[in-house]
Amino acid sequence: MNASSKRRGLWLVLIPMLLWIGLLFVLPHVKLFYLSFVSRRGGEFTLANYLYFFKNPLYRRIFVRTAVFSTLVTLLTLVVSFPLAFIITKVAGKRLKAMLLLAVILPYWVSELIQAFTWMVLLRESGVFSYLLQRLGIIHHPVEFLYHDYTIALGLVYTSLLFMTIPIMNSLDTLDDSLIEAAYDLGANFWSTLREIIIPHAAPGIMVGSIMTFMLNLGNYVTVTLLGGKNSLWFTEIIYNQFIIRFNQNKGSAFSVILLTFSVVFVWIVLKVTKQDLSEAM
Amino acid sequence: MFRREGFTLSKALFYAYAVLALLFTLGPLVIVTILAFNNNPSASFPWQGFTLDWFKSSTPDRVGLFNDARMMNAIVVSLKVAAVVTIISILLGINNAFLFIRHKFAGQNALYLLMLGPLVVPGVVLGTSILAFSYGIANGLDKIFGAGAGTFLRPGFWLVVFGQISFVATTTSMVIAARLKRFDLSLEEAAMDLGASHPEAVRLVTLPFLSPAVIGAAIIAFLFSFENFNTTYFLSGSDPTVPILLYSRLRFGITPEINAVSVMLMVVTGILGFIAFVFQKEDNAA
Repeated sequence: MNASSKRRGLWLVLIPMLLWIGLLFVLPHVKLFYLSFVSRRGGEFTLANYLYFFKNPLYRRIFVRTAVFSTLVTLLTLVVSFPLAFIITKVAGKRLKAMLLLAVILPYWVSELIQAFTWMVLLRESGVFSYLLQRLGIIHHPVEFLYHDYTIALGLVYTSLLFMTIPIMNSLDTLDDSLIEAAYDLGANFWSTLREIIIPHAAPGIMVGSIMTFMLNLGNYVTVTLLGGKNSLWFTEIIYNQFIIRFNQNKGSAFSVILLTFSVVFVWIVLKVTKQDLSEAM
Repeated sequence: MFRREGFTLSKALFYAYAVLALLFTLGPLVIVTILAFNNNPSASFPWQGFTLDWFKSSTPDRVGLFNDARMMNAIVVSLKVAAVVTIISILLGINNAFLFIRHKFAGQNALYLLMLGPLVVPGVVLGTSILAFSYGIANGLDKIFGAGAGTFLRPGFWLVVFGQISFVATTTSMVIAARLKRFDLSLEEAAMDLGASHPEAVRLVTLPFLSPAVIGAAIIAFLFSFENFNTTYFLSGSDPTVPILLYSRLRFGITPEINAVSVMLMVVTGILGFIAFVFQKEDNAA
């Protein structure tokens, strides 16, 4: 192949890619940034859309709540997922391993909406848990388990279990079992083996899983609004309200930019601090 | 001796944990499946006998899923959206795989990172940005070509399709590129030595090699599209997709029919997911 036909070939595949990423990703975000810095009427430059957020204590509170809640849920998901990933890669036999893998993947396949719905079926006032606890005589009238912070946390852990477990499994897979045995032989107990051998080896997987889980929590809409109801107070809800209900694209854009900036900066800092490479990890 | 006992104890703990994990992950799905066949209009327990009413009844007080016109319409809309999104995302995926694996050009790494962007950006932000962008373009088209010219860029079928392609094509690109990377270029050269032109060699040798990844990526694309909520929510118009319709209904309460819809989705997505899993395994084995 000569150089000029090679060049033509490059343009042939470069143009569709640029059209796609340009029209459906880059330009929409440019527009989002632009809208966030202009006034709704007139379209002149203004910081009012951002000041509206920073001056409003309720919005600030919701933002901080979303960030802190997302972080705590990420840690909780890590605590739940790590033993699971360890069991799947190091303890389980072939059949249990397949069952556990299926159990982690199946809820993901049936979509986040159905996941949240199944928990609504279980936790609502006339739901399965309330019914069972009454039958067992533990409670004496129907109890509403929905619309609490713990319900939101439960739902978020459930939806992000896969995104935490799989990366940790991938990094534990490369840990040689004989290293664990050697630690035992040298007199280490389970906890010190965990601390000195297993967790350091799983660190890249923990990092990737935590970043994915955190981003999913931060941007979550379905799980938090269905399981949290009016009490969810999640930042994505405010974005929705501005865009769709108040039809204020400028304030909505500013809020979207705030969410995007925060999540990108947060992930960037985490990657820098832990010296991980996202493109390699993915 | 001590260590041995410790080991058995921790093994027992591990198995207990595994059982809890199975209950936690699969329990809710099993219960919803049981309730979909429970002859109890409250969509809860107690068990009042087996029924298929929530699937096929057509009496006014019990409308089964197959007789619910709006639900069936949403299923058709979702299938149409998913089909278009899958086809375009696969074509883009093959295109991008060749772009990043077969070519070297300035700024390639930066462009690859940019391609990952739609997966990193929260779905809500992606949805709002595309909504804001298309709104401006649609107004412009209406102004230049007359009212109605920009309608396809207003919330509705095509805007949902465009919004979903933005992130689905990233996934198909990554899956197909991973396979193309493992292709032995000498096979293509051999075909050309035997008289094939370069496009013929790609069509007869390279594309068949890519097919497991393409099929796997197509199923993943279909599932991503069919299930997407966050981005779609901002872009859908008067004809909602299944997740959007279910969401709007769930805000008013739970009906047994939604149990039936869930069961149907579980079965279909479960089968599709399983097929994708098998193809991915084959892909990795090659």
